[in-house]
Amino acid sequence: MVGIESYGVYFPLYRLTRADIGKVWGMPSGPGEKAVANGDEDSVTMAVEAGFDCLVGIDPGTVDGLIFATTTAPYKEKSSAPTIAMALGLPKDAMTMDFTNTLRGGTTAIRVASDMINNGTLKRVMVVASDIRIAEQESFDEQMFGDGAVAVLLSKENLIAELKAAYSFSDEMVGIWRTNEDEYVRHFEDKIENTYGFQANILEAIQGLVKKTGIEIKEISKLCCSYFDPRGLMAIAGKLGLNPLSQLADPLFTSIGNTGTSAPLVAFANALENSQPKQEIILAAHGDGADAILFVTTDKIKSLPPRVGIKGNLARKANLFSYEQYVKNRKMAKKEYPSPKTSPVIHWRDKEMELQLLGEKCKNCGTVQYPLVRVCYVCHTKDNFETVRLARRGKIFTFTKDYIRSGGAQPVPWCVIDLDGGGRIFLTMTDCDPEQVKIGMDVELVFRNLHQGAGFHNYFWRCRPVYKTA
Amino acid sequence: MGLGFKDRVVIAGVGYTKFGELWDKSAEDLLVEAVYEALEDAGVEAKEIQAAWCGIQYEFTGLSGGTPAEFLKMYGIPWTRVENFCASGMDAFRNACLAVASGVYDMVLACGVEKLMDQGSRGLPEMGGATGVGVQRPPAPSIFALAASRCFEVNGWTKETLANVAVKNHEHGSHHPKAHFRKAVKKETVLNAPIISWPLGIFDCCAMSDGSAALVITTPERAKTLKHKHDYVKVLANAISVHSLVPWFHPQFSFTGFPSTQEAGRKAYEMAGIKNPAEELDLVECHDCFTITELLNIEDLGLCKRGQAGDFVAEGNCNYGGKIPVNVSGGLKCFGHPIGATGCRMLVEITKQLQGRADGLQVKDAKRGLAHNLGGAFTVAAVTILGRNDI
Repeated sequence: MVGIESYGVYFPLYRLTRADIGKVWGMPSGPGEKAVANGDEDSVTMAVEAGFDCLVGIDPGTVDGLIFATTTAPYKEKSSAPTIAMALGLPKDAMTMDFTNTLRGGTTAIRVASDMINNGTLKRVMVVASDIRIAEQESFDEQMFGDGAVAVLLSKENLIAELKAAYSFSDEMVGIWRTNEDEYVRHFEDKIENTYGFQANILEAIQGLVKKTGIEIKEISKLCCSYFDPRGLMAIAGKLGLNPLSQLADPLFTSIGNTGTSAPLVAFANALENSQPKQEIILAAHGDGADAILFVTTDKIKSLPPRVGIKGNLARKANLFSYEQYVKNRKMAKKEYPSPKTSPVIHWRDKEMELQLLGEKCKNCGTVQYPLVRVCYVCHTKDNFETVRLARRGKIFTFTKDYIRSGGAQPVPWCVIDLDGGGRIFLTMTDCDPEQVKIGMDVELVFRNLHQGAGFHNYFWRCRPVYKTA
Repeated sequence: MGLGFKDRVVIAGVGYTKFGELWDKSAEDLLVEAVYEALEDAGVEAKEIQAAWCGIQYEFTGLSGGTPAEFLKMYGIPWTRVENFCASGMDAFRNACLAVASGVYDMVLACGVEKLMDQGSRGLPEMGGATGVGVQRPPAPSIFALAASRCFEVNGWTKETLANVAVKNHEHGSHHPKAHFRKAVKKETVLNAPIISWPLGIFDCCAMSDGSAALVITTPERAKTLKHKHDYVKVLANAISVHSLVPWFHPQFSFTGFPSTQEAGRKAYEMAGIKNPAEELDLVECHDCFTITELLNIEDLGLCKRGQAGDFVAEGNCNYGGKIPVNVSGGLKCFGHPIGATGCRMLVEITKQLQGRADGLQVKDAKRGLAHNLGGAFTVAAVTILGRNDI
């Protein structure tokens, strides 16, 4: 039996309240707040962070498949799954796939992955759904959309939830879309999309699932569902005879926002975190048709090793100090930032070092060092190293705050960091108030899109203060 | 150690331009002005120069020895462009001295020029080509700010400690007719100036400038037949030390002192037979690209004890008239830093001080002077010690 072995979640640090957005435009505002990615985050960086959370206690070398599901891939042509796979440490012969352009890419990926495991092609597959959707300014979508990523690991071992059945169908409908030229998500009349798109699709998929399995829909523990807006979700519950308070998994609209492709998985992760053994959970997502998948939790649901997860990500938050900062982060103001020159050749040579943060330990004197040099910094022995993956925690030894290259009101801290377990590295800091930076402070390393020098996405690491996840 | 420079290499003549935002002057204009002033000062004609070295940092100022050869129309001789970050000019001088000390040549030219303002930027233009995303560097002020930050923590220094250097050097420079900035500045102005890279503000950083300087170098025998036959200046020592380009990756780098300066200084003192620099030197022109740099230079050059430079400067020891005047010209603070030219400018300044004909504040009875440059990420340090003719 195939099913879910593990899961991981990542929400960006910053929150922007709907009231703050509404105030700027003089529009009515919805309740709560949404998670907004920083200017150095994209769907790939968030996927990597969710992936790390999912792989707690699991050797990435044993994961032989990765499917990246998104509608906001950083490239129109170039696969991102290999980047994510390399950053997480998956083996080179892991099968990687990008499922793009549809909001139900995550659930479709779960179906495909589970079939591949069932027929023996693959053993352990990660599906990671991630989106940063940009809405037009002064629209309701601007208040609705949030940013986030969820990863699930599918296999036949140590399952916390078994995949029992699934049903899918496709529906040709221009409901929510973006053409190649569009910058912002479009939709036709909300009522049409809500009624004939979202609600109709989800209900049809669930009907198909019920017909296949004979389950009693009113007795399921949780429905984890994508949604167009919260009211539509309530309407679904009504039509299915579900108690919205106890049987609809909270998709975190009022704390995170609608996170696109990862939205149904956000609800699913939330359900898994709060479930007991032997509970029926339906995961459903719409997008030109719909997928509905039936899971049943196992005894192991309560003994999963701790991870940041939903709870930790909700706790790990900071308020964005202004709407203007949000706009600046998204470069919507189109300011020119200097982009250091990199090159595809250098990146190709250094890809493992960059994406896996590799250092090396001198076998002669034991010094852990970065980058991968030929001659030891300390004892000058040549070519006598053991490659190591550097720790992603450390302390600041010294720092400065650069006001020249920051391109904005906030200076960029540059920090010399002594990493736990050895190795010294020099990184810029993100997700911080520059006033916070002090010599001796603890930092964690995060995977980010540093810049587009030489015309491609340059992923590397930055540091940030350690924020509480409890 | 080898034979050294003492009693084998001397400076026959010097020349330099005004330093500043010289929009209407090209690199050619500046180099021609400086070199011809040096040749005139030496009483030597261009065609007598047998070999030459020119310090140029940026490719936009010029590439290859071909650039200075073309500007000066000094064709036929070996011309080499020398680039070694901020020590470019002094490294050009080092090569010229080595040439004469070796006996292969006896009349050579060392010069330097930079046209930073041609790039029109508010800070040093980016150097080099593509680098990996995992090894990128911040701009120069940020690099030195890392040292300031660490010194605040370890030495208890403050922005005021740094400001004392800026105030001192601007006061000195206000007396120098060829300086870019010639106004004294108040401490409050320095403390309240906009931040460039914390904790360094505008007045903690030297400016972007254009300029050129040149020296004619020869043997004592030939110098005795030229204009400065009685007061040519002696090269007592010259040393360069190259340390790490990426100190932030070194597991044990302290950021409270620079091994490159320490080593170059040590070698130069040994060559010149100097045991107590603060006593035996009469003036020092050191590389004050940033105020923090001057403080650490003072310690690294052994002018005071480790960790004490803040107090040493605050007590007035490095002021004109003090125990060991540092940057009486006004330093990089007042001249700016046209990179290729700076090392040569310092040597021109020391030469004229030792000859009693300084253009700005004149140090009385100066017998020995030291010039120092530090470039890159504290990577390359160069130290030269010059001596008056009669010592």
